[in-house]
Amino acid sequence: MTNQTDFITGYSPAPESTNLIEIKERYPLFIKGKFLEPQSGRYFSTINPATEKKLSEVAVANQTDVDFAVKSARNAYKNVWSKMPPKERSKYIYRIARVLQERGREFAVIESMDGGKPIRESRDIDIPLAVAHFFYYAGWADKLEYAFPGRKANGLGVAGQIIPWNFPLLMAAWKIAPALACGNTIVLKPAETTPLTAMKLAELLQDIDLPPGVVNIITGAGDTGIKIVDHPDINKIAFTGSTDVGKIIQKSLAGTQKKYTLELGGKAAHIIFDDAAINQAVEGIINGIFFNQGHVCCAGSRLYVQEGVAEEVISKLKDRMETLIIGDPLDKNTDIGAINSKMQLKKIMEITQSGEDEGGVLFQSKCTTPKSGYWFKPTLISNVAQSSRVVQEEIFGPVLAVQTFRTVDEVIEKANNTPYGLSGGVWTDKGAKIFKITKQIQAGILWANTFNKFDPTSPFGGFKESGMGREGGIHGLYPYVELS
Amino acid sequence: MKANQINIANFRQTPVIDQVGVNERVARLNSRSIKKTSKMAALKLALSMIDLTTLEGMDTPGKVQQLCIKAKHLNHGISDLPHVAAVCVYPSLVKIAKKELNGTSINVASVVTGFPSGQTNFKTRLEEVRYAICEGADEVDMVISRGKFLSGDFQLVFDEIAQTKEECEDIHLKVILETSELSTLDNIRRASEIAMKAGADFIKTSTGKTKCGATQPISLVMLEAIKDFYQKTNKKIGMKPAGGISDSKTAIRYLVMVKEILGNEWLTPTLFRFGASSLANDLLMQITKQQSGAYQSADYFSKD
Repeated sequence: MTNQTDFITGYSPAPESTNLIEIKERYPLFIKGKFLEPQSGRYFSTINPATEKKLSEVAVANQTDVDFAVKSARNAYKNVWSKMPPKERSKYIYRIARVLQERGREFAVIESMDGGKPIRESRDIDIPLAVAHFFYYAGWADKLEYAFPGRKANGLGVAGQIIPWNFPLLMAAWKIAPALACGNTIVLKPAETTPLTAMKLAELLQDIDLPPGVVNIITGAGDTGIKIVDHPDINKIAFTGSTDVGKIIQKSLAGTQKKYTLELGGKAAHIIFDDAAINQAVEGIINGIFFNQGHVCCAGSRLYVQEGVAEEVISKLKDRMETLIIGDPLDKNTDIGAINSKMQLKKIMEITQSGEDEGGVLFQSKCTTPKSGYWFKPTLISNVAQSSRVVQEEIFGPVLAVQTFRTVDEVIEKANNTPYGLSGGVWTDKGAKIFKITKQIQAGILWANTFNKFDPTSPFGGFKESGMGREGGIHGLYPYVELS
Repeated sequence: MKANQINIANFRQTPVIDQVGVNERVARLNSRSIKKTSKMAALKLALSMIDLTTLEGMDTPGKVQQLCIKAKHLNHGISDLPHVAAVCVYPSLVKIAKKELNGTSINVASVVTGFPSGQTNFKTRLEEVRYAICEGADEVDMVISRGKFLSGDFQLVFDEIAQTKEECEDIHLKVILETSELSTLDNIRRASEIAMKAGADFIKTSTGKTKCGATQPISLVMLEAIKDFYQKTNKKIGMKPAGGISDSKTAIRYLVMVKEILGNEWLTPTLFRFGASSLANDLLMQITKQQSGAYQSADYFSKD
């Protein structure tokens, strides 16, 4: 792209400045309030998926490291956090929220560099929502008797939390905020491709003087995660990630006393009726599937359009896809950033290819993608059916599978015809229809005439193989308390 | 509906609009960051799309003359400036403007049909169109009968526009919907369709005489109507937001909407206009700022 772009040929580059941020060369483990060298002695690199350049390196936590992290969390629980008056706990969580808000710009930039998501999203969605979660649960910390009237709510002890790479800081906030509010201490592991905002959060926790050991953040790959899950001195596991890993975790937790919540994959049905506000529905479909490069468990990846408007909707979708700007995640005008990792890109390419092999018709926008880094053009596949792989499997990328339907009963049956049940969306101008349809769709989150809306007050979680338990809202407190 | 079928009895069934979705789309478009050379290009483009307007009861030939001089000589300090698209006045002042702008490619637009309310008999309104054209108007801006529209008489609104267009022949017809009086986005969409099907060359938001002028959500709905109409008929209709657009930032946001909804083909004065008077000076100030790196005093820009 040249710097001489006039308005007609395109927008001049408008990159967010990286002057404000500081990324250290390496991040050791954050245990007992300190950054400590890992006993494993090993580190691994984390790269910027838009450039493939190394950003920093983080430690590999081995069994000794995990043991130490759990032990320091246990001590902090016994000696400090469970004894602290709830209103004092609340103050700490408020403090996290406020300081995070103040440093929002810094966190947004690092999130986009480490994960590849556009700065527009990390700045306007990820970070503000993470802040909102801390504020929301800070409010609950000293009001638990109102959440559970007539009962006494106690913390469980040590929570092991394993979070994914699609919304790194936001998922950390979803997990940490309610756990702390309910009086638990934490051992948290960020995903191996996106550890940096969690390590920045560790620095922030030091800055606000959170008592040592209340939150421990350790890094590593799946191995480290399994060591947390299997640790005998952990009382609760919270996991967000793939259904495959969720099943392994569930098996290994069977027969233990540990409580758990799993927030897993999804393959949401996005249903467009012929009486919908079509132009707004098209925008909703775009947001539903191309938000965060489609790396969203609740992405609206299965589109069902009523036959009478199918031609119009698909033609408008293609038009709109051409206006999406793909490129440098730090550019404020970027709509679609980089795919999070090489591995994920391979997976997206493989399933998309299978869609074509099975007779699907592929449409991709004509945009050009940068030479280095991991990129995948916004993609729409039509001429597919329930039996197609692209309709059945979670792609976790910017790929939309389009089918048509004719009647209400048919679309409900198709929407539910999946092992998943995380989210769904319905577009119609008729209020009554919204209630009739949404009642019959088996999914934890349903949006009407909008999509991908999140709020800390609203519970989030799946039916069927999309997981168990709820995060967010009052519901999000349950997994972290023992009621008596 | 196929392209060759035009069903004029269908105005009760125009597409529905979701207001929340419209506001979100506008917010997202507003997050575009227009900098450097693309900003400069947008500022100049906006300048070339202005209908420099004076529509006051107290307008005099002298006032209109000065406005026309301003239209011709926007600023002496800046090189490479485009001129505005048109000067917009009441019919009785068209002749003055026409004379003053003689020899330039700046058009003279006249408001007609009992502007701003349109509350007189249709014959008189048509007579006014003929008068404005006779006086030399290159473009006319008519108002629709909002009362009739709100009472559900869509056919009458259609007929009035169609007859006005007949009177205009190839004179450019802009149809003012006066969106602030239509109350809902659904109504605005419907009025846009009626106007386009009846032969409007442009659809225009407002008279500038009510408490609310053009807004971005309203304009978005009209732009989408234009796009849908184009896809069905292959006819390009122009758009003119008017009233309340006075700063460069807002103007650029409108251009972003036009670019991303309708495409680059609409980024021309023949298909997009701003009805504004104070916008021109703000654009000039911003252009100077882009060139010199510093804001200049407002006193360096002529007020006419």
